[in-house]
Amino acid sequence: MSARRIPDGGRVDRSRQVRFTFDGTSFSGHPGDTLASALLANGVSLFGRSFKYHRPRGVMTAGIDEPNALVTVLKGDVREPNIPATMLEIHDGLVAVSQNRYPSLAFDVGAVNGLAGKLFSAGFYYKTFMGPVIGPLKGTRFWMFSEWFIRRAAGLGRAGYATDPVRYEKVNAFCDVLVVGAGPAGLMAARAAADEGRRVVLADLHARPGGSANWSDDTIDGMAATDWVESMIADLSGRDNVRMLPRTTVWGYYDDNTIAALERVTDHKAKPETGEPRHRTWTFRAGSVVLATGALERPLVFPGNDRPGVMLAAAAERYAAEFGVLVGERAVLFTNNDRAYRSAAALARAGAKIGTIVDVRDTVSAAARRLAAECGAELLTGRSVVGTEGRRQLSGVTVRAFDARSGAISGDTRNLAADCLLVSGGWSPALHLASQAGARPRWDHALQAFLPPEPTQNWVAAGAVTGAYSTAEALRQGHEAGRRAAGAAEGEETGLPLASDDGLDPTPAPVFEIHADGKAFVDHQHDVTADDVRLAHREGFVSVEHLKRYTTLGMATDQGKTSNVPGMAIMAAAVGKPIDEVGTTRFRPPFAPVSLGSLAAERHGHLKPERLTPMHDWHVANGARMLPAGLWFRPQIYGLPGETIEQAYVREAKAVRDGVGIVDVSTLGKIAVQGPDAAEFLDRVYTNVFSTLAGGKARYGLMLREDGFAYDDGTTWRLGETEFLMTTTTVNAGKVMQNLEYFLDVLWPDLKVHLTSVTDEWAGAALSGPKARKVLEACVGGTAVDDATLPFMGIVRGEIDGVPVTICRLSFSGELAYEVYCGAGHGTQVWEALIEAGRPFGIVPYGLEALGTLRIEKGHVTGAEIDGRTTARDLHLDWMLSKKKPFIGSAMMDREGMTGSRRLQLVGVVSLDGRPLNGGAHIVESSNPAAPRDSIGHVTSVCYSPALRKYIALALVEDGKARRGTRAFVSDPLRGRFGPVELVSHHFFDPEGKRLHG
Amino acid sequence: MLITCPYCGPRDVSEFTYQGEAGRTRPDPASTDRAAWDGYVYDRLNPAGEHSEYWQHSGGCRAHLLVKRNTLTHEIASVAFAREDQRIHSAGRRGKGARP
Repeated sequence: MSARRIPDGGRVDRSRQVRFTFDGTSFSGHPGDTLASALLANGVSLFGRSFKYHRPRGVMTAGIDEPNALVTVLKGDVREPNIPATMLEIHDGLVAVSQNRYPSLAFDVGAVNGLAGKLFSAGFYYKTFMGPVIGPLKGTRFWMFSEWFIRRAAGLGRAGYATDPVRYEKVNAFCDVLVVGAGPAGLMAARAAADEGRRVVLADLHARPGGSANWSDDTIDGMAATDWVESMIADLSGRDNVRMLPRTTVWGYYDDNTIAALERVTDHKAKPETGEPRHRTWTFRAGSVVLATGALERPLVFPGNDRPGVMLAAAAERYAAEFGVLVGERAVLFTNNDRAYRSAAALARAGAKIGTIVDVRDTVSAAARRLAAECGAELLTGRSVVGTEGRRQLSGVTVRAFDARSGAISGDTRNLAADCLLVSGGWSPALHLASQAGARPRWDHALQAFLPPEPTQNWVAAGAVTGAYSTAEALRQGHEAGRRAAGAAEGEETGLPLASDDGLDPTPAPVFEIHADGKAFVDHQHDVTADDVRLAHREGFVSVEHLKRYTTLGMATDQGKTSNVPGMAIMAAAVGKPIDEVGTTRFRPPFAPVSLGSLAAERHGHLKPERLTPMHDWHVANGARMLPAGLWFRPQIYGLPGETIEQAYVREAKAVRDGVGIVDVSTLGKIAVQGPDAAEFLDRVYTNVFSTLAGGKARYGLMLREDGFAYDDGTTWRLGETEFLMTTTTVNAGKVMQNLEYFLDVLWPDLKVHLTSVTDEWAGAALSGPKARKVLEACVGGTAVDDATLPFMGIVRGEIDGVPVTICRLSFSGELAYEVYCGAGHGTQVWEALIEAGRPFGIVPYGLEALGTLRIEKGHVTGAEIDGRTTARDLHLDWMLSKKKPFIGSAMMDREGMTGSRRLQLVGVVSLDGRPLNGGAHIVESSNPAAPRDSIGHVTSVCYSPALRKYIALALVEDGKARRGTRAFVSDPLRGRFGPVELVSHHFFDPEGKRLHG
Repeated sequence: MLITCPYCGPRDVSEFTYQGEAGRTRPDPASTDRAAWDGYVYDRLNPAGEHSEYWQHSGGCRAHLLVKRNTLTHEIASVAFAREDQRIHSAGRRGKGARP
């Protein structure tokens, strides 16, 4: 006989049925059931197969610490693996399947692994799959060969591939006091802090606040503990300054009392309300925190301790009290402490027969003896369970005499029939959050437990997490912690509810393992046995951290909630040191697994902001194909119907050379540099001199990094004695601004300069081509634009269509060209006026491809050439390096390796086979396409040049200047391109620059 | 982590940009002392404990702040405007000559 629902008891709603399936079989339960309680009530004992040995496993706990009963929840095609059945609230239509079994849970071929136990001991991957030194499977190849099979056989649930259509959300929240855990201590803390007028949040991972008061047989304030919880919920939920968050797992404690929590909003619902997210990630900034996280019962380690039917004592008590489920008819209790006797008594009251209580201690307190008598159980002291029987379900246990001091087993074997073994190895405070925000946990010898460390953040612990396991003490500590967290003055403790006192001794015997023959599991989820821990020690792993990684103890999804302390105790015994000298591992977030969806929340898919120029809509309306450039979108081409990209840009570039074109340059970075020291500042940041620049003139400038490499370039305009407008490349605008701010704040705080980013304030259009001036003459008022008034690099102010504009005559295309700037709000108006004025001259709007073509023909560099590895000299910009003054990078730019031969230098490349070139292709000297070794450089920018009627490119080539006029080859094996090229000067077109002077 | 900007008050670290170790002395711009320049450009302290560093409030007032932070605990001992600290430093350094 296995588990069953008892006629009464528990808080499930027996008037209603909930239908769900597990491994394809339909079951029913009641609202309030977890999957674990509902399946137990249906007599299911087998929940999964273990990680390595595929052993049958049942339910061990009733909460977040469950290592065995993990299931995969299916929602359509979406799979969510590794959900503890103990935390999964059932609802109509729930579909859950077991894990790590093939072909079925009951018959599993992988269980053969159990026969080869030695092979799968700790570190077996490392040892077994180091292949032979020679041969086809040498070295790690054997591992790679075996890995597929191992990964298939080992492991937990499988993640799916389907897109999760459900919504998740994130919330930032603030409170004065955050209380974690809503057991008796947490409820008291929340009320005390709320009484002080503080904004309180009370979070608990279960559906209902109450913690142990929901299942213990305590009386509080003269009523049953569950009724007291009811009254506290009513009290707290009626207050405006208290927010209760059920089903909310606090999983991370970060700097400055930043707390992360996961609220499972709709997992328990058959049909979520409209707009409800599935999960919600809370980020709290809490003034102070009360950690009332309670304690977790820990198992004892003995052979056969993983058989279905072996369960933590308090878990069995919870199933009876909270769900009305009796986990067995004939139970045996195996314990090293008094508290577990209460669990046995509770089960006896619920209708189980407690045949025997096996206690490792020689003597037991009178209070515990009374409870044993109440159960009608035979009490065997100084005895231990040394083995279990049964196949998929426990049928009996074996007991022998045990010396708790030496661990020695002796005497006759006695067999006891049992369908359920309740185990208690004492309690471990749940100090995960305290450890995340504290120093090293302290080992308490009397309690045989790690206690919370000294806080490094603003928190107070209360209740069982402090090692105070009695409800009366939890109530008192909770009240005090709430007052302290609220900053209340020290005062008399009044109005504390009275709690029943069980008079039991809270200290367990220091027994963690019964060392007998057979597999005794420490970490059930990762199948780590006590022998594995000892093996790790024999092989030289002394540190607990190394032990963890070698055996993977405590590294599964449950993060060792039931296994860490026993594992350390066994390690300590092997090393021959006390537990506190072996140390504990630090707990890191998350306390429990967090859904990735809740971390991403709404932030998935396309996240980047889009920067659009003022003329964006015009471009789109006029057939532009838009291309992202950083966050910006810029026209790539304005294609005509049927044109290829190449045909379009060639047409556009040709129109510029032959007549006039217009391009949107609003995306250039623009920084207003103002102040009495502005000129001096520019002299320091640019390689060339700006202080000599006359007002109303612009100059091309180059910046280096401190390490002497080229950084950014652009023109800077002197608008007045103390006022400049700097332009930067589109992509570097933000970085240059930040750099300049750093220089002023950190390097030269004495300079009186103010910087303002004005990129978005100005719309810019560049007008290029021999007819550019004619267009301006046709539309600009308030100023002349002739060569005398507006010479090369000159600046004038005027107006176009009534809009004030600033016009600078500068050229990126090599043609007679002007940049026209106006307020961003008038960008389209001025642009359209320029187009209108240009219509008689055949004006053509052009995009990035034509812009690139025109600059490549001129040998002008951009980010493709200023790639962080090139120097000014490499780019033939040494004429810009002033010798009259130091500047950023001047001290480092001539270091060895940055000058001299073998540098990659800018050259022009002409395709000799009439085929296009591609960026990233290598330049080689060898003419053999099959062996394109010894790269001497690479192609950076490519185009078809309408001016030269050839495919050309810019490239960075070793000693490139000296190779001008020589032949080489481009090699691009990835794209299958090999062919002859000629290396030439990067000034392909109009090298004398006659055209830009009109 | 919160950084208390002297202008804007306590703000989340996500508003700030780390701008490197503070307390490095940039050699005289005209100096050709290679070792000094190498040290300035490439060498950084990486202490476990107290560290002086610059953080720019890039998502706020854009000021560079001199933050004294413990790299082990993230505890922030002080925050000041980098500009003011630099003025104090350069005033103090005047007459004493450059630091070695």
